[in-house]
Amino acid sequence: MESLLSEPIIEVRDLSHSFGDVVAVDSISFTVMRGEIFSFLGPNGAGKSTTINVLTTLLPIQKGEVRIAGHDVATEPALVRKAIGIVFQEETLDRDLTVWEILEFHGRLYSMPRDERRARIDEMIRLVELEKKRDVLIKHLSGGMKRRLEIARGLMTRPEVLYLDEPTLGLDPQSRLRVWDYIRQVNREGTTIFLTTHYMDEADSLSDRINIIDHGKIIASGTSDELKNALGEDMIYLETDDDAKTTGILRSLPEVKDVKPSFKGLSVTLNKEGTKTLPVILDRLKEGGIAIRSANLKKPTLDDVFVHFTGREIRG
Amino acid sequence: MALEFLTVYWRDMLRFFRFRALLFSSLVQPALWMAFFGVAFTGTISQLGAPASAPPGALYVPYLTFMAAGIMALTTLFTSLFGGISLLFDKLWGLMREILASPMPRTHILIGISLSGMTKSFIQVMIIMLFGIVIGVRFFVGASLLHLAVSILGILLFVGVFSLGFLFMSATISMRMESPESLQAVITLLSLPLFFVSNALYPAEAFPPFLRVATAANPLTYVVTGIRYFAIGPDFYALGGHYIYSLMDVGSALLALVIFALVMFVVAYWTFEKAVVT
Repeated sequence: MESLLSEPIIEVRDLSHSFGDVVAVDSISFTVMRGEIFSFLGPNGAGKSTTINVLTTLLPIQKGEVRIAGHDVATEPALVRKAIGIVFQEETLDRDLTVWEILEFHGRLYSMPRDERRARIDEMIRLVELEKKRDVLIKHLSGGMKRRLEIARGLMTRPEVLYLDEPTLGLDPQSRLRVWDYIRQVNREGTTIFLTTHYMDEADSLSDRINIIDHGKIIASGTSDELKNALGEDMIYLETDDDAKTTGILRSLPEVKDVKPSFKGLSVTLNKEGTKTLPVILDRLKEGGIAIRSANLKKPTLDDVFVHFTGREIRG
Repeated sequence: MALEFLTVYWRDMLRFFRFRALLFSSLVQPALWMAFFGVAFTGTISQLGAPASAPPGALYVPYLTFMAAGIMALTTLFTSLFGGISLLFDKLWGLMREILASPMPRTHILIGISLSGMTKSFIQVMIIMLFGIVIGVRFFVGASLLHLAVSILGILLFVGVFSLGFLFMSATISMRMESPESLQAVITLLSLPLFFVSNALYPAEAFPPFLRVATAANPLTYVVTGIRYFAIGPDFYALGGHYIYSLMDVGSALLALVIFALVMFVVAYWTFEKAVVT
């Protein structure tokens, strides 16, 4: 695995993109290594889809440099297109074609030779377990089946990079887990995955590396554990009658790393073990004459990481 | 050789034959035109007065036969003007993104969708001819088998070039429009003057001068000329007018259609190259 991760497959330098006066992507840079699952985690409107559209040549490059599988997106778009597969955020299946026809159309778009194409269609239909739906019109499939078919389609041409834009949006829990399984399986077989999502659990469970993106900028990146560790071993959520005064008191304590307003009260990151620090904090606040309505000690989750870096909860 | 446009063609034809209602209406509609408008109007015209006797050597042609060529052209016009609408739906439903993100050159979308539109026109035109002959249209009178084959190929050539021109136009409009309603509005606005300012249903010779200029600029006029030449003959007499088409007339009509189609192709090509669909 380590050797696979040594070679960059997506290199983005200083990429910006605006729609009129609205800056959707604000000079971001990142590198994706071959074989990893790399994710963009952020709320709707953070710039995830715009980034994907530029990385898939659907939007022209305005500023910056993007190389995919060794090809420059600006000057060699056709080679980039050959190297990538895409599962779009919205459903992009012709409702009046059958499962087989959808894949046949796609294979022909990519000029796959007939025999290879037909063999690959069978293989893909088996992978996403749609054997019984082979000759069924798309309009008669469930949401989960359609998503699986789109993943099969994205993989059909054996792309080096598969883009998945919110792959489980609107799916029921069982279908989500199944889609996650396919993503892991495909990745194990060597396909690099570029994933965007606004689901914490999805980013957490799938990604090798997570980038938190907000207002067009990458504001934090690392493995899920690295991001959580940035918040310390433990953290405490407090609700008090005087947040300002509480913040002042806590900031003076050596055990406390940082205090930030949270969506409901305060979130406190710690330098020391939480079970020992919590009583100290409660004592000090009592001495300061502050009434505590609730105190909650917990291990940081990706949600906490997101709140920590953006100052708010992710918008659904 | 790059034949990816056949992929686009294949999908569009698949959908054409899959939607039974659409297929049925596209075939029955022109037949209804012939059956009702044609037969009714032919009756009206014969009531207006007995036909003047045709000059010697010229073939006398009843109105039904005269207008059948026009109906073939008009049907092709409408089918072609709406032929690009599937591109608009592909765009609105996100299907276009799959195609634009693929390595297939964009020109192939244009060529594929235009060839399928042309095929649909061929099917319609053949059906109108057959149906017309059944209800009394006098096409290919006394033609030998060879002559018949040449005539039909000639008609398809004219219809093909004409439909391609309007399909390229339709594709351009579809790529630039955001909603089917606005596309419908633009096409209706375009089709009415084209429809009336032509020689499709009545002779253009009696038009006032400014309308005659418009008629000369209307591709419909040229395709109708071509169809009448091949279906009726170079010298005939209809609706009180004497029609003589020389080879030169027919050749320049074809040339006019080819120029029209080429110009429309360039405009469409340019539109496709610049289009951004996300």
